[in-house]
Amino acid sequence: MLAYSIKRLGLALAVAIAVSAASFMLLRLSGDVALAIAGEGARQADIELIRQTYGLDRPLLVQYFDWLGQIFRGDFGQSIYFKTSVFGLILDKIPTTLWLGLFSILFALGLAIPLGVVAALKPNSWVDRLALTLAVVGQALPNFFFALVLVMIFSIKLRWLPVSGSGTWAHFVMPTIALGYYATPPLMRLVRAGMIEVLSSDFIRTAHAKGQTPYRVVVGHALRNALVPVVALAAVQLGFLLGGSIVIETIFALDGLGYLAYQSITNKDFPVTQAVLMLLAITYVLLTLLADLINTWIDPRLRVGSE
Amino acid sequence: MFNNALSKTLSASRQIAFAATLVLGSITNVEAGKSDNSIRFAIDQAPENIDPFFNNVRIGVIIGQHVWDTLIYRDPKTGEYKGQLATSWKWVDDKTIELDLRKGVKFHNGEDFDADDVVYTLNYVSKVENKVITQNNVDWIESAEKVDQFKVRIKLKRTFPAAIEYLAGPVVIHPNEYYAKVGPSGMNAAAIGSGPYKVVEHSIGKYLRLERNKDYFKDSPKPQPKVEKIEIRFIPDRQTQMAEVLAGGVDLIMNVPPDQAAQLKSVPHIEVRSGETMRIVFLNLNTLDGGPAPQLKDIRVRKAIQHAIDRESMVKQLVGEGGRVINAICFPGQFGCIDSETSKFKYDVAEAKRLMAEAGFANGFELDLYAYRERPQSEAMINYLRAIGIKANLRFLQYAAMREQIRGNKAAIAHQTWGSFSVNDVSASTPVYFKFLADDINRDPEVRDLLERGDTSVDPEVRKQSYTKAHALISQRALSVPLYSLVTFYAMGKGLDLATYPDEIPRLWEASWK
Repeated sequence: MLAYSIKRLGLALAVAIAVSAASFMLLRLSGDVALAIAGEGARQADIELIRQTYGLDRPLLVQYFDWLGQIFRGDFGQSIYFKTSVFGLILDKIPTTLWLGLFSILFALGLAIPLGVVAALKPNSWVDRLALTLAVVGQALPNFFFALVLVMIFSIKLRWLPVSGSGTWAHFVMPTIALGYYATPPLMRLVRAGMIEVLSSDFIRTAHAKGQTPYRVVVGHALRNALVPVVALAAVQLGFLLGGSIVIETIFALDGLGYLAYQSITNKDFPVTQAVLMLLAITYVLLTLLADLINTWIDPRLRVGSE
Repeated sequence: MFNNALSKTLSASRQIAFAATLVLGSITNVEAGKSDNSIRFAIDQAPENIDPFFNNVRIGVIIGQHVWDTLIYRDPKTGEYKGQLATSWKWVDDKTIELDLRKGVKFHNGEDFDADDVVYTLNYVSKVENKVITQNNVDWIESAEKVDQFKVRIKLKRTFPAAIEYLAGPVVIHPNEYYAKVGPSGMNAAAIGSGPYKVVEHSIGKYLRLERNKDYFKDSPKPQPKVEKIEIRFIPDRQTQMAEVLAGGVDLIMNVPPDQAAQLKSVPHIEVRSGETMRIVFLNLNTLDGGPAPQLKDIRVRKAIQHAIDRESMVKQLVGEGGRVINAICFPGQFGCIDSETSKFKYDVAEAKRLMAEAGFANGFELDLYAYRERPQSEAMINYLRAIGIKANLRFLQYAAMREQIRGNKAAIAHQTWGSFSVNDVSASTPVYFKFLADDINRDPEVRDLLERGDTSVDPEVRKQSYTKAHALISQRALSVPLYSLVTFYAMGKGLDLATYPDEIPRLWEASWK
């Protein structure tokens, strides 16, 4: 298990470094950063000054390793736009994004587990088909579109919820639903598949034979076993949701990390964009690593297979 | 690039979502701010710093005009200059302006206004090391000196007749004691000005709350504000802004896309207004040696391009109400924007084809057209050019990337737009593209010399004559294709009485609820 964990950790580190290089290079190769920062009407002298101030006149590889070195020292640099520490900006926005991610994954699990269980108990019934429809719609509908539909219904038509902002709990309702719904289908399918498999196991027949109530058999025995891989997938989905929050937070003007990422892209604030991309990528890599380790811990066959 | 992709993703659902909104039926009539005499205003971009010297975004100019005052005020209705913090001014010589200052004005923190504030502010912002964002706004100031408590002299680095326009625009006056203590970052956190509204809360990147300055000086050319409170919210997504105005969460949004403005007109509690802006649109035709389309060096080809484009139809179909055809590379309201001697070329495909044939290009040729905004307009022009045999390939890029191509002499035609930073003087527009600066892709020395003369003379008549001749030469030599001014659409709660102006500054101190 230790050797496997070290191997996975090494892989995760390699992915993180690859992501850092890709995000850095993509931003630099998308055009002259100094020119972009200078904006409309800037003179050549202004552009040169910006190039020198931010070290953009150095070779790309030197800039990259310099930036990587700073990151390892915990220094994300200064925001070009807001003239403040990038680390401080990120720290300020993280709670909103974490709350949104957490609410969303809880919403997704709250929807996926009951639907998955009911679908598994009555396979091919109308309930199963309804669950399948919800899953297909959830997967097919872009979350930004779904977000706008929610706004139209709950803010414009019914006027129950505020359109945008992050001042109260009510501001989190629609973003949570829009983001969480997108993560529901894979979780629901996994619950359903797991439940169908577990429900046909010998120990479930034994539980029935012992005279236990159907509720206890389903929830106490079957679900507990079926949920194990779901927990691992939920960890991966949480990383996915944090990344997906860029669009959702922008639509709802929710003042989190995703909103900051969008602002930094609009403002050509490349130190912030790089730092947020890096942070989101590392979070995703860590959560995937966690999911791998949980899966391996639960199912030793994976460990043996890979070793 | 990514910005583009993200924006496209976010706006992809615009039409469907918006149409669905209207299908949802009647929308309750809510005017968010009417009940408490406030205005909630949403805009897409948060300024990096609300100190007007340290941002270069439109909302920064708007905030600057509400929270601070300038020495001189330009009446947006008449164009007349009036005294604001100054009561009178005169040119002592070509490089010196003397101003008498107003007595009895107080800043929001109670500090009295006098010559020290003017001297400190101007000397601070004119120093390059203090890094004012838009150096154009201040790089003409050599220094300011106090003559007495209510009289100052401003020394200019060069003869710069547009100085009065700048003193009436971006150059606001800060309270010297407070500014010396807190600097630009402190000003951003807790802004102090002398304007009609004072800042009561600034949540950086999220919102700015303003309150009516009850002690605003009575003699100001800006009328006493009527609305009690203003909240400016920074909402990056335009669809969300639209949803907010529909839901009654905000009372005012601007820069509404024309298609959505047309749809919003059917919503009962919203009023849509269009207003001409100072942003002009034109095509710059590259005539430099080694340029990507040598055919453009032939004046007949350039004239053919002028005749190929139906500007009137484009204004009608694509720009919208309020836009107008222009005949010089400047906004018609700017000082020196005189098109009396320029060609008012007509849409005439037959003439364009004749000119192409005469130049030896009867079968046409291929080139690249660079653009960064107003894509439907670029596409329309490509169709017009195709009709005379020019196959133009659209290169639609981010502004910075487009400019890189232009400055690298790689763009044959540049679909440009220019807003002049709302400066009402030709020195802020035409010279940018024709005075051998980085974006000049013609480099005509005669045009340059005429513009230079206009830019540096303090005699208004000399300036007018020089600019008139410069515009005439640009036109005769068909160095560019002047197209039209753009319009902007505002959506506001019904009952909000608010005038619109070409400089795109909603003057909320004039606004009231009916």
